Amino acid sequence: MELLNQVSQFVISGLATGAIYALIGLSFAIIFNSTGIINFAQGEFVMLGGVLTIFCINALQLPLLAAICAAVAGTTVIGLVFERLAIRPLKNATPLALIIITIGASILIRGVVMLLWGKDTKALPAFSGNDPISVAGATLLPQHLWIFGVTILVIVGCRLFFHHTISGKAMRACSFNPRAANLVGVSVGRMVLFSFVISAAVGSLAGVIIAPLTMTAYDVGVMLGLKGFCAAIMGGMGSGLGTVLGGLILGALESLGAGLISSGYKDAIAFCILLLILFIRPQGLFKKGETERV
Amino acid sequence: MKSDKLKFFVFCLVVLLAPLPLSGSYLTNVLVFVGVNSILALGLNLLLGFAGQISLGQAAFFGLGAYGSGVLTSAYAFNPWVAMVVVALAVAAFAFAIGFPVLRLKGHYLAMATLGVGVIANIAFNETVDLTGGPSGLSGIPNLAIGSFTFDTDLKNYYLVWGFALVMILLALNLVNSRFGRGLRAIHDSEVAARVMGVNARLMKVQVFTLSAFISAIAGSLYCHVMTFISPTSFGFNTSVELLTMIVIGGLGSVYGSILGALLLTMLPEILRTFQDYDIIVYGSLLIVMTIYMPGGLVKGVPALFRRLIPKKAKEGANA
Repeated sequence: MELLNQVSQFVISGLATGAIYALIGLSFAIIFNSTGIINFAQGEFVMLGGVLTIFCINALQLPLLAAICAAVAGTTVIGLVFERLAIRPLKNATPLALIIITIGASILIRGVVMLLWGKDTKALPAFSGNDPISVAGATLLPQHLWIFGVTILVIVGCRLFFHHTISGKAMRACSFNPRAANLVGVSVGRMVLFSFVISAAVGSLAGVIIAPLTMTAYDVGVMLGLKGFCAAIMGGMGSGLGTVLGGLILGALESLGAGLISSGYKDAIAFCILLLILFIRPQGLFKKGETERV
Repeated sequence: MKSDKLKFFVFCLVVLLAPLPLSGSYLTNVLVFVGVNSILALGLNLLLGFAGQISLGQAAFFGLGAYGSGVLTSAYAFNPWVAMVVVALAVAAFAFAIGFPVLRLKGHYLAMATLGVGVIANIAFNETVDLTGGPSGLSGIPNLAIGSFTFDTDLKNYYLVWGFALVMILLALNLVNSRFGRGLRAIHDSEVAARVMGVNARLMKVQVFTLSAFISAIAGSLYCHVMTFISPTSFGFNTSVELLTMIVIGGLGSVYGSILGALLLTMLPEILRTFQDYDIIVYGSLLIVMTIYMPGGLVKGVPALFRRLIPKKAKEGANA
């Protein structure tokens, strides 16, 4: 029974971090689907969410909700500036140039954050206390519930946006065929800008809601970003259920591995899964048929 | 061809004479690391600049080389030269084995997969405490020696490392002008076209990946014997990105560009020492600005800039 309790505990906390990976994966997919770019600075948006919220609370004395809104807005502006200054000037860019540019941006953002706020890890207070809730022999923190709730809201919101609004449909049109979209009057450039804005917002929100659990610092973005990418790959770079499942599976496996094998190898587990999927099913775990040879 | 030989000869002369005016100052020590980084950058440039295959996990091979040599010589009392050869071959074999699945991927996916390999290797260096000493590092690595002559000063290490670097440069210069090198450039431009022309693209990509891992492992061995102490932080994601920055700034697909990039980026933190952490911001900005405005790097970008500024000279250059 002891083991069973432990396992369920690992799975539950793993699912919560997995939900975060799913959100980050979603933010990868939003950009990828309208531009074909993998944004290596995605993790930095996540980091910015957490760091800016803490800054707003501590230095500007804003209440939590206002601080979160300010942080998400701030990150969104950075996403917008990034697209304008670094992505747009590069016409007919090769994937190689885009990889290098987005890596450059991630280093730059990390460096600026480090200079402004230092290298210390900081914690955000939990949104509604730390009293554990007992569920099926395992304990659950209120923050876990916040994570699940926000994740579900964002995913439903994205679904509605991409399938039921004109802008969302226009963005999907760009992802299928930019030239055709342009012909029917969609401004592809604007849609690319939009996708960076939405993606920055979703990413930073993920960073905000995980900050009370894992603490945050200038350099947490790399790992979070990579695991989000892993979730997105598992879901086949789609923006739907696949990514969510991918994130949850990844979170649960990682947590089980850390608990039962060794916490030091926690991050290695995620990358072994990433490599296996890239080698065996690069089209994703849940997608049928081969859409594009990577 | 003649000017190529002349260029290499002049370069050799510069390398040979460079430490003399420094007379064993701290700068000689920096130049040793410029040498190590030049070898690493050269290895990555063969893969990325010539064949167009990105690797964000180059530090893994560098680290495997360093730890392989370090562990074999310090714990098992191997002769350092034997260890270097054994480790370099083992790392090359490892790269060859993982090369087939990894290089089937393209673009972003290849970048992520190589990044994954790099991160896993770094975690392994940190976690296998019994073997590598974990985060606190591995010490007591002997210097390289020939008979009773030990490479134990900065100046001796300088000539050791640059001796290796010059051999690698010569090898790379010959390679890129060979049939193999032309095949690589064909793959870079269009893999499909290269295949149609009878280039065995898959095998060639794995071969150049293996070669670049081999070169990185040699650099790792040299590094561990020069430093006599190594720790996992030297072989992380940041190192891979630094190498990428070097060749982007120096010039993708240029042998001398790799050296120039390694020189600039190794000196930069020393120059920026007064600003401490600013160097990371400079790296990031350089990557973005260079990729947008000077995609050929300094080696191709600066002459192009001159040509634009002085249009007359351009005609003379074209005729020559």
